[in-house]
Amino acid sequence: MQSYRIRRINWTDLFMWLVGAALLALIIGGSYLTLQQGKYTAVQWFDLAVFGLAQGSVYALIALGYTLVYGILRMINFAHSEIFMGGAFIGYFAATSMQRSGFMEANPYLGIVIIFLVAMTTSVIIAVLLERIAYRPLRGAPRLVPLITAIGASYFLQYVFRGFFGTQNRAYPEIAVIKGTFPLFGDFQIQKIQVIVIIAAALMMAFLAVFVQYTKTGKAMRAVSEDKSVAALMGIDVDKIIVSTFVLGAALAGAAGVLYSFMFRIVTFYMGFIPGLKAFTAAVLGGIGNPPGAMLGGLFLGIFESLGPTLFLDGLGIPAPYQLKDVIAFTMLVMVLIFRPTGILGERLSKTKA
Amino acid sequence: MSTFDWKKILQIGLIGGIVGVLIALVGMVEEFNERDIIAGTLTMGWTMLILTVLVMAYFVAGTVKAHSWLNVAAGALSGAVFSVVMSLLTWMVDSFDLRQTLVNASPSLVKILTFEQGIPNGLITLIVAGIVVGAVGSAIFILPERIRKAVTLGLGMVAFLGLMQDIIQVSLAGFEGLSDAIAWMFGRGIENGLSVAGAITVFLVVSVSNLLWDTNAPKVNARIEKLPQKSRRSLKWFGYGMLFLVIIYLPAILGLYLTEVVNSTGLFILMGLGLNIVVGFAGLLDLGYVAFYAIGAYTVGVLTNLSGELTSSFGWNFWFALPAAVALAVIAGVMLGIPVLNMRGDYLAIVTLGFGEIIRILALSDFLKPHIGGSQGIVNIPPPKFLEVLVNNPQTLYYFIVAGAVLALFTSQRLRDSRLGRSWKALREDEDVAQAMGINLVATKLMAFATGAAFSGLSGSILAVKLGTIYPHSFALLISINVLALIIVGGMGSIPGVFVGGLLLAGVPELLREFAEYRLLIYGALLVVMMQVRPEGFWPEATHKRELHEADEEARLTAEGQEA
Amino acid sequence: MASILSAKNVTKQFGGLTAVNNLSVEIPEQSISSIIGPNGAGKTTFFNCITGFYTPEMGEIVFNGNRIDGLRSDQVTRLGISRTYQNIRLFSNLTAIENIMVGFEPHLKTNWFDAVVRTPRYHKDEQAAHEEAIKFLRFVGLAGLGDQVARNLPYGAQRRLEIARALASRPGLLLLDEPTAGMNPNETLEMMHFIRNLRDSLGITILLIEHDMRLVMGISEQVTVLDFGEKIAEGLPKEIQTNPRVIEAYLGRGAATEGMATAHEMTSKKKAS
Repeated sequence: MQSYRIRRINWTDLFMWLVGAALLALIIGGSYLTLQQGKYTAVQWFDLAVFGLAQGSVYALIALGYTLVYGILRMINFAHSEIFMGGAFIGYFAATSMQRSGFMEANPYLGIVIIFLVAMTTSVIIAVLLERIAYRPLRGAPRLVPLITAIGASYFLQYVFRGFFGTQNRAYPEIAVIKGTFPLFGDFQIQKIQVIVIIAAALMMAFLAVFVQYTKTGKAMRAVSEDKSVAALMGIDVDKIIVSTFVLGAALAGAAGVLYSFMFRIVTFYMGFIPGLKAFTAAVLGGIGNPPGAMLGGLFLGIFESLGPTLFLDGLGIPAPYQLKDVIAFTMLVMVLIFRPTGILGERLSKTKA
Repeated sequence: MSTFDWKKILQIGLIGGIVGVLIALVGMVEEFNERDIIAGTLTMGWTMLILTVLVMAYFVAGTVKAHSWLNVAAGALSGAVFSVVMSLLTWMVDSFDLRQTLVNASPSLVKILTFEQGIPNGLITLIVAGIVVGAVGSAIFILPERIRKAVTLGLGMVAFLGLMQDIIQVSLAGFEGLSDAIAWMFGRGIENGLSVAGAITVFLVVSVSNLLWDTNAPKVNARIEKLPQKSRRSLKWFGYGMLFLVIIYLPAILGLYLTEVVNSTGLFILMGLGLNIVVGFAGLLDLGYVAFYAIGAYTVGVLTNLSGELTSSFGWNFWFALPAAVALAVIAGVMLGIPVLNMRGDYLAIVTLGFGEIIRILALSDFLKPHIGGSQGIVNIPPPKFLEVLVNNPQTLYYFIVAGAVLALFTSQRLRDSRLGRSWKALREDEDVAQAMGINLVATKLMAFATGAAFSGLSGSILAVKLGTIYPHSFALLISINVLALIIVGGMGSIPGVFVGGLLLAGVPELLREFAEYRLLIYGALLVVMMQVRPEGFWPEATHKRELHEADEEARLTAEGQEA
Repeated sequence: MASILSAKNVTKQFGGLTAVNNLSVEIPEQSISSIIGPNGAGKTTFFNCITGFYTPEMGEIVFNGNRIDGLRSDQVTRLGISRTYQNIRLFSNLTAIENIMVGFEPHLKTNWFDAVVRTPRYHKDEQAAHEEAIKFLRFVGLAGLGDQVARNLPYGAQRRLEIARALASRPGLLLLDEPTAGMNPNETLEMMHFIRNLRDSLGITILLIEHDMRLVMGISEQVTVLDFGEKIAEGLPKEIQTNPRVIEAYLGRGAATEGMATAHEMTSKKKAS
């Protein structure tokens, strides 16, 4: 019989620790080599970081949708990426039509507000329909069932948009007021659009925080996420609160869709997939079910992903490291889930409690 | 008491109308209109819309609970609502130019929806047609069960034969004696479906024979029951023998094109059998399943290719590369399995999804380009030789694929009926309790991942040979979703279900080229609908009867005796 | 009597909450022992510590001379402890027989190769598992229901099936978590006889968590009382019934005298029946 101590050692944990250590060594070694070679200037690093921050703000906005829904229904709304895509898509049509009619040039600020409203409304409509048609009948079903539904819904929506609006990549119209750069000191400058994205995202997140903390619906949401049945006993209409959660998440996703398409200036039916996956990673990173965590996770992931490939891999002599940015993001997701499944701020949920 | 719930019926009609608009605007009506089911009378595009109305009629029949005429009226009403919505769409598409945004809102759609009669007349026809189809549709649902079944089956068969007409015609072309009959059944043109006379014949033959079978089936079964043990067994073996012969001669019967279709279906079934172990038996939702497919294909590609474009040229014989590919897929399966051991449900899904993407991105990257070809992939994979026969055309590959599928079928069936299979199922039902029963979770989960990966790797190796060239784009996430949809539609955990799902979701779209465009749209909708209506799939996993052998029957009787 | 399980100073914490606090218990071999206590006293948590679902922060648990705290639950089961759950946790889509066969898992040696090739070992194992399943199915009085899917069985049958599943691993120690929850007095009485019969015919040790005092007092040879994760009393049922600390824990201070009367009344009722 093996001794007590030997039996307690878990070889799979050991394996994971070794993998983790190897990755850490890779990151540190790679960064050291990259910095030592000094191929990149401070300005380039700064640009990457700001870009990462802007990208991360978008991730954070989408991640909030995942986290809010997860907090209440304990399910990953796989189709959230399509809610984001839908908003971006219809926002694009608003933008082009206003651009064509000259309205955009005459009232640029009003035009931008309209784009946001259109996109957010679209996203909200998609989310509400999704909840009503696909998810609500499945309350209380085994966990795999709503998840598979969500995957199906995601593909369905993607291909409905493809069928409606075609397969081509659509170029976003140029909006004059958000073009150009702000000069900072020296060679440093910052793109206007990135500033707008960061500020807009920050405002919306602040709004969300206030909403969840102080409004009646927000409080009810928190109650429902604690315990659905008790909340129902307290006279809270759980269905209504679930719908409001979807609405809130979708509005943020719609806004994120607009910001994302402002930044990358392209709209396609499959544009939701990768940002959606990244946002999910961000939500996990911050601790799923935890809104401040999602924000933090989004920003962190954005910067990590923007700086990471160059910083970690370039020094190791790997060609075209930016191609591997998604690999870096997903690897981080796996590592976080293994070593800190609670995320940065969250409670432990990836392992369901008995 | 009969109920006629106006609001409900209108609501159903409206929902049906929206679905119809959706079908029209994603372009299905137009795209599918090229294919006739009944020559010159009914196209597949229209069939989609009629099906929608029939489904509506089914729901309407559910709200009206009595008198037949009320039911027909309700069906007509919902059909009217449906066609009014469709008319509105047609009018809008005709009056405004929406093609900038909605690419399928084209004049030809208007032409189809108005029966080429122009706006006011065509719309009236459309509405009348909607009312008629709605009425007839709900009339079907008030027929007695037996007749309804026969009618549905007959209609289904007409649709099936109509859709498959070109294939049937091509494959029966060799039989001289049949040519007249075929020409009569299908009309003369190649692009048409059944002829009107043919359709009526098929419908009548199928419905009537179904009715006859329904009344006589108990008798036939009883007669088979009565046969002595020995002849029953020989009947069974005769059946197996026939099946075997059919499998052997299938490529010769089907011809090149259809064999190719069977082959791609076979690869999906092979993968489905593997994923069925992971998802169906063990309940581990793996969305990165395509990764092992890719690993299998790339291993064979790298080890056997002769192009000399890659830095390392191994030039192995395929038969050595094949076990290496499977082994590598298994190792990858275990390597992925270890980090996800403690994750459940949704987390597992996302992480495996990420893993699939990682493999694809790596295959595409410049980083690994010298070794595995980057976005250009690997070309010049030589076909293997089996006993001096070059496996390089669909007909020879077919046997290879069948062998793989049979192996996978055999293995998964035997594993299912063993300790391991029980452990997997226990794990799927309740992980904590399974562990508390003494099941080693690590070993059991890794076995599931490894077995699943092995089948997928095998499938990938065959793919490499089949195509002769592999690109990263062949390994998109869509493949995983495809395989997942296949096992869910068939029935999670059900081995026959994999075959059913494979034929439906891989075979049919392969045959009907128009479907390719809408494959994922339909799969997505199918997943959503299946989860709500029939989460156990079309061919659910069977429960095993294990107790009632004779001895136990006796025990049961004594137990009952004691109670009494 | 020698003890089969001994827990020394076991402590389990969740965040700030101490669910089990410095608990030491000795379970005599072949006894029927009970753990009682108000809701949230840490009884199930203690079970979870024994079966390896939780790892206690402090203390040690020794079973048959093997230290078991911190082992995984499958390892613990293989050493000879099995359990049932408060809210029945069967494999609900498996048949009754399959459920019990899963319980027999620790005694099977078939690997995947055996299963695919169907070696003699496979046949031997499968047959043994099947026979064992039939045996326990009859033992718990479910003969004839073996092919039913577990979730379709009536409540009482599910309880008994769960016990059969636990027995299939041939445990030395069986942990029953509220075996009579949701049962009426008659069924409870039946369960009491069943548990006693279990011990007598199989010679195993039984440790149960129970709220039904009649059952506890009727069959236990040792009763341990927990409150807020701590042991507040231990001994024979009679001693426990009159222990003022126990009555206080259950009914609150001040109710102690009245409670004592109730406890007496309970025992006399039991004798009458």
